[in-house]
Amino acid sequence: MASLRVPVGPADHALGDEHAPVTLVEYGDYECPHCGHAHPIVKAVRKHFGKQLRFVYRHFPLTQIHPLAEPAAEAAEFARVNEHFWEMHDGIFENQDRLSVPLLAELAEELGLSDLGAALDSHEFAPVVKAQFLGGVRSGVNGTPTFFINGYRYDGMNEFEDLVEAIDTALAERQRERKRAG
Amino acid sequence: MARILAPGTTAPDFTLPVTPDQSLSLRDLRGQPVVLACYPADWSPVCGDQMALYNEILPEFQKYKAEVLGISVDGPWCHAAFARDRHLHFPLLSDFEPKGAVAKEYGAYRDKEGVCERALFVIDEKGVIFWSYLSPVAVNPGAEGILEALENLEKKGQSHGQLESSRRAS
Repeated sequence: MASLRVPVGPADHALGDEHAPVTLVEYGDYECPHCGHAHPIVKAVRKHFGKQLRFVYRHFPLTQIHPLAEPAAEAAEFARVNEHFWEMHDGIFENQDRLSVPLLAELAEELGLSDLGAALDSHEFAPVVKAQFLGGVRSGVNGTPTFFINGYRYDGMNEFEDLVEAIDTALAERQRERKRAG
Repeated sequence: MARILAPGTTAPDFTLPVTPDQSLSLRDLRGQPVVLACYPADWSPVCGDQMALYNEILPEFQKYKAEVLGISVDGPWCHAAFARDRHLHFPLLSDFEPKGAVAKEYGAYRDKEGVCERALFVIDEKGVIFWSYLSPVAVNPGAEGILEALENLEKKGQSHGQLESSRRAS
């Protein structure tokens, strides 16, 4: 079974308690319609599990078929430096149907960040995006979105019920482990 | 499921069309590793299409000087349209006539559906299969197995080279 080669750590974009029993990692592409479809589903799944779930997002831009995926990922990293990663992340997915470089600039300006253009021109954040992409490749990411639940690749459907069921299974597994340990 | 050719087997040679008027032979690629990726059909509906993924990872394969070849039973015109649409930068071979003949030799043909299996082969510079993997047909096998095989192949080559140079030294 394919498993995460790069453990979740301080370099990651994470939402939720770091001691949560289940961590859901998504490798995504901002221009991928399937990732756009998964975006509100992930939000609903996070809400459903509350403190029991931590969510991590990593970039996996398929640049040959999605020319805007790379600038969008770099824009999110740019926003991160200013602690606005998740606002940018949400803004991009919620406006995916009109994704463009001007849209990225518009989103950055709404966050009070003005120098996105220079960061995109110099590809300042390209190495960060590339490192996440390569870590994904070595972990068995086979398309977008690819989810990992507690380190193992999830091969099911990217719908709410299917994800909830898989996370429930991981939760039960974690509880059994805890009982054995203590 | 089919039984695909195992490591240690000499990879059967083939000559197949890569475009409507050009063909490619496996033997022409001797001296470098070859990644042969059999897949059922062009135009898979997902973004994470296997060929799109390999296309994206091409620079990683190239670090090992490996040539990537996709192979399916689709005709060369179909491949040409697919490659253009997805901006693919590696050859797609047409195992079209006689249909699936090469896939059959590699044990990677699905008789019932009349398409290739999702099977991967890493062939070494001497034309011997170094690694092979058969994926469930609905699961995109990703690239990590291929990269690991290429890494192991390179290590094997290096340790062999070291052995030879230490022999020469003694």
